[in-house]
Amino acid sequence: MAKVNIKIEGVSYQVESGLTILEAAKACGYEIPSLCAFNHGECSQGSCRVCLVEVKGARGLVASCVYPVNEGMEIIISSPKATEARRASVELLLSNHNINCQQCDKNGKCELLHVASVTGAREGRYQGTKTPVTVDELTPAIIRDTSKCILCGRCVARCQNAHGMGILGFENRGFKTIVAPAENRSFLNSPCIQCGQCVSVCPTGALMEKSEIAKVDAAFKAGKHVVVQTAPAVRAALGEEFGMPVGTAVTGKMVAALKRLGFHKVYDTNFAADLTIMEEGTELLGRIQNGGKLPMITSCSPGWINYAEYNYGDLLPHLSSCKSPHQMQGAILKSYYAEKKGIDPRDIFVVSIMPCTAKKDEKERDQLQVNGLRDVDAVLTTRELAKMIKRAGILFTRLPDEEFDQDLMGDYTGAGVIFGVTGGVMEAALRTVYFVLTGKEHEAIKFEQVRGFEGIREASLDINGMTVNVAIAHGMKNAKVLLDDIRAGKSKYHFIEIMGCPGGCIAGGGQPIVRSCFLPHEDDDILDTYKEKRAQALYSEDARQTLRQSHKNPQVQKLYDEFLGQPNSHKAHELLHTHYQARIGFND
Amino acid sequence: MAHISEAGVKKIREICDRYASEKTPLMMILSDIQNEYGYIPLEVQQIVSEKTGISVADIYGVVTFYSFFSLEPKGKYVIGCCLGTACYVKGAQQVIDKFSEILGVKPGETTADGLFTIDALRCIGACGIAPAVTINGKVYPKMTVDAVAGVVEEYLAKEGK
Repeated sequence: MAKVNIKIEGVSYQVESGLTILEAAKACGYEIPSLCAFNHGECSQGSCRVCLVEVKGARGLVASCVYPVNEGMEIIISSPKATEARRASVELLLSNHNINCQQCDKNGKCELLHVASVTGAREGRYQGTKTPVTVDELTPAIIRDTSKCILCGRCVARCQNAHGMGILGFENRGFKTIVAPAENRSFLNSPCIQCGQCVSVCPTGALMEKSEIAKVDAAFKAGKHVVVQTAPAVRAALGEEFGMPVGTAVTGKMVAALKRLGFHKVYDTNFAADLTIMEEGTELLGRIQNGGKLPMITSCSPGWINYAEYNYGDLLPHLSSCKSPHQMQGAILKSYYAEKKGIDPRDIFVVSIMPCTAKKDEKERDQLQVNGLRDVDAVLTTRELAKMIKRAGILFTRLPDEEFDQDLMGDYTGAGVIFGVTGGVMEAALRTVYFVLTGKEHEAIKFEQVRGFEGIREASLDINGMTVNVAIAHGMKNAKVLLDDIRAGKSKYHFIEIMGCPGGCIAGGGQPIVRSCFLPHEDDDILDTYKEKRAQALYSEDARQTLRQSHKNPQVQKLYDEFLGQPNSHKAHELLHTHYQARIGFND
Repeated sequence: MAHISEAGVKKIREICDRYASEKTPLMMILSDIQNEYGYIPLEVQQIVSEKTGISVADIYGVVTFYSFFSLEPKGKYVIGCCLGTACYVKGAQQVIDKFSEILGVKPGETTADGLFTIDALRCIGACGIAPAVTINGKVYPKMTVDAVAGVVEEYLAKEGK
């Protein structure tokens, strides 16, 4: 890479050519405050004007996030002209901002507040008209509040990059500009899949999950038997909310916290992940052996399910009929568990801690109830759980490691753990399918071919003389490639895993927000590495397990013996399977 | 949501195909649709989105950014009142207010009989004849408040009203 010589604050540096001033300054040890610039130019509007600096010879101040460095450039960050301009930019943003920071769910992780503090923005410096406000609270998952929006465009870019969809866009002109789905619709009446990727990049509280903490509080108050389950990806990220290094697995502390929060039972959704593999693996083998619809596609990710129903109604028969793991767990809790414990299922309140906003939406689906009882009653994101823990005054890092409740649904295998990362469901399924077809264990257990973060990965396995072709996609942009092939009759795969969020659940829309300004102890490139670190936390937990194949889970075996009969039995279908329905995106 | 006829869908697709080789065809497509139909509702934007791969939100953003594009059907006669700086200081606001008063609709709206739409325009580059008004391409230079009623009459007479 060619180098250029620049000066920052009079000191000479050599940096890579092609960098923006913002990036070059970072490499030299300067953090220029910025808002709209995000993730290596994923968003680079140059519109917020927070990153203005002086460049000798340039006309006026320049936005460092879009201005490239060149040979001999002299950059001044600290001149009064530049610092006053940056402060004024932030003050202007604040003048059209709903400043109710105390109630704001983003409090503590708000980048606007961060740059306000860094630039020394003064309160109420500019007063004037405010842009008319829209608050969309119609979906169960995401709240969009334009009174907090600074029009940085990050969410617009992320929706487009992750999914190729562009649900959000800029609308209208000038002072009336807002970021919204077309026609300023609710997410509910647009083909939004509620994955929450927009939430995870929003610098302010303009896009947030819809909190269900109050629902959980009410359940405790009403004397319900409150059972909580945690998705695999939660343990890989929860610690970040308490200052622990990215990639720390906090399984034991998380369980300890949940017990202290008063949950009557603390289970791991991994149990149901193992159950999913039994059901889904059996379904796959059935389809292969009986000439069923192939390729079969996984159905664990509700964002993906939403996408399929909106855009590929004709391909729905390809989806596995399995409910997602936490819904299975809910259904088993309100049947098998209730029966065993002698509790009226109506008195059981199931809370799922999920790395996901779409799961909030999923649990409301009409298809996901048995005998009029919802499988799951409340879904909290990883962030909401962290809030509950902080609210209770629990010092998370000082907690001892404790174990999930062990009765009835306490066992889980390594296969269940890796459900939280792209390729994980596939790997878990292969471990079991291999066993069922060959009658012996795969010597390596690990299926390295399906790991990694390439957008689309594929592998072919020879199992007992039969070649099984599989593929993995994450993010709807990648999924679309595989789906269009199926539509065109060109797909060579037997089994496809699709996860809604790029990276899988570990980088889901409900996970802790990753920003280097709030993670001072992490490397500068944390946005590039956090997915891998979180994934590693799960792969390590998998490697530590003595049982690593779903079919070896003793309590899952017992559940079949005592209650369900066989995988895909009539009873299993009643409780653990579901169906899908094509939907129109822009509905009125 | 309104329903577009099969022929309408075909026509919109055809317009999209005209610019298939363009790198950034959106403005041209939307211009043609605006000229052809007089407005670009969401259903039409969805068809354009399917054809071009540009997201509906992006298309909607462009349609709402440029005042030339319209989401609602426009009247038979579109009265464009320039409110650019020169026209404004020469009394354009009073002129557009007079049109509003006589026709009973605000700028951006269309009369119930579908005859007139009043559009507030930014500078149309005719500062020498400020305040300028255009009606379906015909220019009315140096408009005055007093002349407004006569202009409206002219079009009503054309319609036999």
